[in-house]
Amino acid sequence: MFWQLLTIELKKIFKRPRTYIAFGAILVIVFLIQIAIKYDGKSYFDLLLNNLSGSFEFDDDFKHKFINGYLICFVILNTLLIQMPLLVALVAGDAIAGEANMGTLRLSLTKPVSRTEYMIVKFVASFIYTIALLVLMAIFALLGSMFIFGTNDMVVLRSEGIELIKQSDVLWRYLAAFGYAAIALTTVSAIAFLFSVLAENSIGPIIATMSIVLVFTILSQMNIPFYDDTIKPYLFTTHTVAWKGFFYVKADASGTTINGSIENLPAIMRSLGILVMYIFVFFGIATWIFNKKDILT
Amino acid sequence: MEKIIRVKNLTKDFKELRAVDNLSFEVTKGQVYGFLGQNGAGKSTTIRMLLSLIKPTAGSIEIFGLNLFQNRKEILRQVGAIIEKPDLYKYLSVLENLKIFAAMSGKRLSTPKLLEQLAVVGLADRAHSKVKTCSQGMKQRLGIATALVHNPQLILLDEPTNGLDPQGIVDIRKLIIRLSKELQKTVLISSHQLNEVELIADAMIIIDKGKKVMEGKVSELFDPAETVVELKTTDDALMIEKIKQAGWQNIIQEKRSDCILLKLHKKDIPSILQKLVKLDIPILSFYSRHSLEDYFFSLTSAKHVLAATDN
Repeated sequence: MFWQLLTIELKKIFKRPRTYIAFGAILVIVFLIQIAIKYDGKSYFDLLLNNLSGSFEFDDDFKHKFINGYLICFVILNTLLIQMPLLVALVAGDAIAGEANMGTLRLSLTKPVSRTEYMIVKFVASFIYTIALLVLMAIFALLGSMFIFGTNDMVVLRSEGIELIKQSDVLWRYLAAFGYAAIALTTVSAIAFLFSVLAENSIGPIIATMSIVLVFTILSQMNIPFYDDTIKPYLFTTHTVAWKGFFYVKADASGTTINGSIENLPAIMRSLGILVMYIFVFFGIATWIFNKKDILT
Repeated sequence: MEKIIRVKNLTKDFKELRAVDNLSFEVTKGQVYGFLGQNGAGKSTTIRMLLSLIKPTAGSIEIFGLNLFQNRKEILRQVGAIIEKPDLYKYLSVLENLKIFAAMSGKRLSTPKLLEQLAVVGLADRAHSKVKTCSQGMKQRLGIATALVHNPQLILLDEPTNGLDPQGIVDIRKLIIRLSKELQKTVLISSHQLNEVELIADAMIIIDKGKKVMEGKVSELFDPAETVVELKTTDDALMIEKIKQAGWQNIIQEKRSDCILLKLHKKDIPSILQKLVKLDIPILSFYSRHSLEDYFFSLTSAKHVLAATDN
């Protein structure tokens, strides 16, 4: 029954024209970034390297290697993973509230399906939608950029300098980063689900979710020492950017990066744990409320 | 007789409002059971409780002899329902909608089988149309198809003829009678169209402000030999005076601002009409009203609403 219900949910999501707005938006952003870098990438990366040029000298050959598919994908991920919560909230915020608004919720709940089962199916379907978005990103941002810009060792810019990751050591990091992003976005999904259960139209949950993401992101990025220990460690937005950790590598005594290494894996795992905890808490509360709720729409 | 629904002391409070008040009733297998009441009387709240969409504040519901809230899934497998207007997935086709609700009911039906179901409600030729292109009547038919698609034993229909044209209403009436009489399904139907219920129901309950006002077999609730006649004359007050002088005051049921209601035996109508003509007050109209409707209004607070309107 679970698989049958899941198939139905996926059909409902993917038969809906509005679902493809998110896919279209991703394609447009990826394409625009790729075009811009293809035709004027050098000045963009000169700007990026400005901060480091005081202590490093970069020759043209290095700059040529520097702009390759792996780096472009990193830039795209940096840009898109901030916007993607909105795209996820569009579907997750609509999951229950949209059905209530359409009037189909009451009909669905007269069927022999438990409310918990209904919630789980909806949540898994929205997770699959998130995965679909990330797969699309992987295809166009990673594989597309590899095709357009070629591959080489990957340069990662950090505040304290640059790191060079061997090209043979890059792809698994992207796989891990996309996997981590799926969990991070599912956290947003869980929050949107909670609001979706409380509302009777989709707009409220979508706006409420985005407001929370926005406020938490601002708090996470503010450099106010008082918040560093008191609030920031508990905000999910502090942990959603931990995917970058997969691109921070260890170096040996000579300064050469070590293949397959991750600078601070425990920190990534801790962030992952916090996100998973967020998912369980928010989804748990949403399911509890949904089970108690009188369906009046 | 096997009881399919057994409701005892059902009560539902929404904060300060008591929507359903200590309601008890039973529905027997194969019966078409009419559920009557005005808007806000508590019909939809009761039906939603029968479907576990709303949790009662107090009381119990047994369906097929099982406690609803302890055996929800098992019971709902055998129940089909329409609650108020049938809202469906507008961006999907008629067939896709039916397929979804069949699957949610635990039935995997082939496309030909689903088309057969659509043919029952006259929608086979619109199977591939998007629901958003369908009229309200078509949506109502599709709603009925989704309620019947898994061949349930109990069918709960909340205002099923809403939005249907006269032919559609006749078709649904025939379908309900067929479901009950030929297929031995139990049907609970709520409606504000009282003549609808009168034509198809074996028994009915009338509720007002969440409370039971009357329950029984339709044939026992009102005398089919009696009817209420609405009489309009050029001077109603004088007509009433003359009727009283003639000693027929027992036929006067009610004086309204624009007419007089007379309660008559159908066989007496021709002679009474002749006598009224002889009273020499010009008669503007004289027609038989729907008896059940008057009965209903006399029992529920609609009477007070009417009186207030008349004043």
